[in-house]
Amino acid sequence: MGERQAAQERRHAREFDAFVAGAGGRLLHAATLLTGEPFGAAPAAERLLVASLSRTYAAWERLRGEDPYDRTRQDLAACFAHSGWRYRRPRGGLLDRLPPQERLVLVLRLYEGVAEEQTAAALGLPVERVRALCVRAAATMRSQPPRGERAGTVASGGGAGGGGAGGVPGRRETAGSGASGARSAEGVR
Amino acid sequence: MSFPDRKQEEVRKMLDTATVPIPPDLGTRAAFRGGRLRRRRHALRTVLWTLAFLAAVAFAAWAVAVEPWIAPPATTPPLEGW
Repeated sequence: MGERQAAQERRHAREFDAFVAGAGGRLLHAATLLTGEPFGAAPAAERLLVASLSRTYAAWERLRGEDPYDRTRQDLAACFAHSGWRYRRPRGGLLDRLPPQERLVLVLRLYEGVAEEQTAAALGLPVERVRALCVRAAATMRSQPPRGERAGTVASGGGAGGGGAGGVPGRRETAGSGASGARSAEGVR
Repeated sequence: MSFPDRKQEEVRKMLDTATVPIPPDLGTRAAFRGGRLRRRRHALRTVLWTLAFLAAVAFAAWAVAVEPWIAPPATTPPLEGW
């Protein structure tokens, strides 16, 4: 009995290792986008991801055909929605100018390609709100293209200060472009 | 492709550019934490089931000893001589 259980645990561990080797990079990319850290130096994103992966591991034998990737992503989104306020401070990443909720919607909708309805259900928001957040976040990202060199070489103190100072007028300007984006979206449909 | 879709496609490309190096110990750390989490949940479940079982046994023993379904004998003397 004990031996069979041990063999099963070893098999689960092997399956889990294969899953992490295959999906870990993409999940870590998503987590790094969420926490707003630069790629390659994202301890908070790693912590977030390890917590979600460990819950997936603990529930591995009870998955019953559920996709572990979906489960981990859902857990990651739920954790981030819960603790997103910790990541408000700009950290020099690609999305660090966006507020945490917009980051989450943008990553789920555009990076992960989750449907609007599923995103809304996962976050407990109305579909219209998800659409509006996504349009606004996309408009912000387009109006302030990422400084490519910033992702690589980050001086966390100086970069954070600069981002914070430049954020306020930029936000006001992009609120207008976001609204026009929403209007044009409605005009098209 | 409609206008907002094209905009979103641009942002999607922006998000997808970099490749993230995956730390080699990521899976090991997650498996270690996950195993600990599972053992802890397992222990908690065991303790709760044991407590529930002990409570059931204690209740059965008390019920057999006291037999609370038998009505107590009447202690009030019958009213006579009215």
